[in-house]
Amino acid sequence: MTDVTTPAVDEATDKSAGESAAHLGSAERVLRRDDSSAVLRLSEAEAAVLAGDPDDPPTGDAGDQRMILNMGPSHPSTHGVLRLMLEMEGETVLRSKPVIGYLHTGMEKTAEDLTYLQGPTNVTRMDYAAPLFSELAFSLAVEQLLGIDVPPRATWIRMLMCELNRVASHLLFQATNGMDLGAVSMMIYGWREREEVLRFFEKVTGLRMNHNYIRPGGVAADLPDGWRDDVRRLLELIPPRLDEYDDLLTGQPIFRERLQGVGVMTPAEALALSATGPILRSTGYAWDLRRDQPYLAYHEVEFDVIVGTHGDSFDRFAIRLNEIRESLRIVEQILDLMPNGDFRTQDKKVTPPPRARIDESMEALIHHFKIFTEGFHVPEGETYAAVESPRGELGCYLVSDGGPKPYRMHIRGPSFVNLQTLPHLMEGGLIADGVAVVSSVDPIMGEVDR
Amino acid sequence: MSEEPVVEEPAAEEPVVEEPAVVGPTRYGVPVVVATGQTVLHPEVDQWLETVRALQADGFCMAIDVTAVDYSAHPGRIDLPEGVSPERFEVVASFIDHAGGRRVRLRVQVPEADPVVPSLFDLFPGTEAMEREAWDLVGVAFDGHPDHTRILMPEDWEGHPLRRDVAIGRIPVQFKDAPAVR
Repeated sequence: MTDVTTPAVDEATDKSAGESAAHLGSAERVLRRDDSSAVLRLSEAEAAVLAGDPDDPPTGDAGDQRMILNMGPSHPSTHGVLRLMLEMEGETVLRSKPVIGYLHTGMEKTAEDLTYLQGPTNVTRMDYAAPLFSELAFSLAVEQLLGIDVPPRATWIRMLMCELNRVASHLLFQATNGMDLGAVSMMIYGWREREEVLRFFEKVTGLRMNHNYIRPGGVAADLPDGWRDDVRRLLELIPPRLDEYDDLLTGQPIFRERLQGVGVMTPAEALALSATGPILRSTGYAWDLRRDQPYLAYHEVEFDVIVGTHGDSFDRFAIRLNEIRESLRIVEQILDLMPNGDFRTQDKKVTPPPRARIDESMEALIHHFKIFTEGFHVPEGETYAAVESPRGELGCYLVSDGGPKPYRMHIRGPSFVNLQTLPHLMEGGLIADGVAVVSSVDPIMGEVDR
Repeated sequence: MSEEPVVEEPAAEEPVVEEPAVVGPTRYGVPVVVATGQTVLHPEVDQWLETVRALQADGFCMAIDVTAVDYSAHPGRIDLPEGVSPERFEVVASFIDHAGGRRVRLRVQVPEADPVVPSLFDLFPGTEAMEREAWDLVGVAFDGHPDHTRILMPEDWEGHPLRRDVAIGRIPVQFKDAPAVR
């Protein structure tokens, strides 16, 4: 453990959110809308006019050394296809603008053409590092509209899988963060441990990623025989490796130099920019939906909400590292608390009849056929369900017109919203620190662009 | 998450209520309903900014989400309170109050003839990207937005793909009638 990160006490009375606004700082910085803002509000066409003819560069004022530099969309440290338009003076970033959309595939439009049962196959491809959370948010929203409850075992399986997914996602962050900062061996270690978790996922869901495992009404299949042994093996395997990461990174002066004081944000700024997850918590603001607005059965397990102090890149790194430990703590409790019973609801409207019934009953065959061709109808209405994904609040806004397909499905992606903090975190810093900042925000472009 | 439908009318506001059409309960001077346990406010476009301002003063510290829905293929909605007339577009915004543990959702009806809503940037700068997305995909404009441009679609794209009159794209398949190899 470091002296920078202090775990918040997990008590109902501990509400740093309710304290006076004085210690939150000022949000003035993010409210600027003119040219003094950190956000470079420049369109493609305007940039082209500024750039002029590349063979005949504009000869402006000799004292004006500002230039506009494009970083990405294909750049090793932009995590996929993020493009940054940077206004630079020398090596200093003045203003910047994240340009997104390179991975936009219209998944919200696609969702309007898929039944509620097919929906998770679509949303799981959004945040591909934490696919189960998108499935969970979608399934919770559908269940709210249907007005059904899922059996306790399904709820606890969902929790188990989501917490392990959080571990896998944060391990991936450790890998990419290390790689971005030059700690290349960390990249291999992070991927290696993540693969152990994914191997368990493959055993349970059949796939390493894009599981389509959490579905409206429960989960797709029960946990396989021997799942406890597999989970115990993970619980034994990963914590010592995390201690290794501490040795390798946390206490290492070069690594700390690279992150401490880089990309600083106050709680008020994070709140104003709607930033959630580790970015908000790094500012010392304890807000975690699992504790503050519990869903599934998070009120029955014990865990700490990890908060930072300085709101810098190092805090965001340390929070994610320690959140792995907290998730494993939850998984350990789930091993003892996992109830027996159904893994999906027995509501005949939502769940198809078991395979054996189809052989003996014509009605069961028709019923099975209807559910998988037409899909089940969901009552008219609209709802919003939110879960705490590794990156922050992941919400699903769902509108039903009473038919078998969503009328409108909107995902509030935490990466998409958190990306707005980038210009403010990078303002006035060096371009090399910009790489550390992008990495510490940990955007998943599949979720940003959807 | 469950919030009781508190019927709460600010005393100072009461004599100003002139719309006789509003017969249901109101909060912050706008109709309120509870849908699947969630509080939903239905302001009009010209009440939009003041309602959000009232929410902010009441402790709602973060704008969670802003999105838009095109209801042109779903006429005759039943989930609107009395006094709220359905329009083609709807802008939906969610807010959260951390200290009080409350959530609220605002749904504003936006007519097709004039699809413009005031921008929330000066109250919640975090809505900047969300409003750009709503403009890009559904085509509801936000008055006073500092960077009113497309965000996900290419800059020179025409139309708004999440409108219901835009077809889902298909990749043309050659030899569609040819027997498939199975």
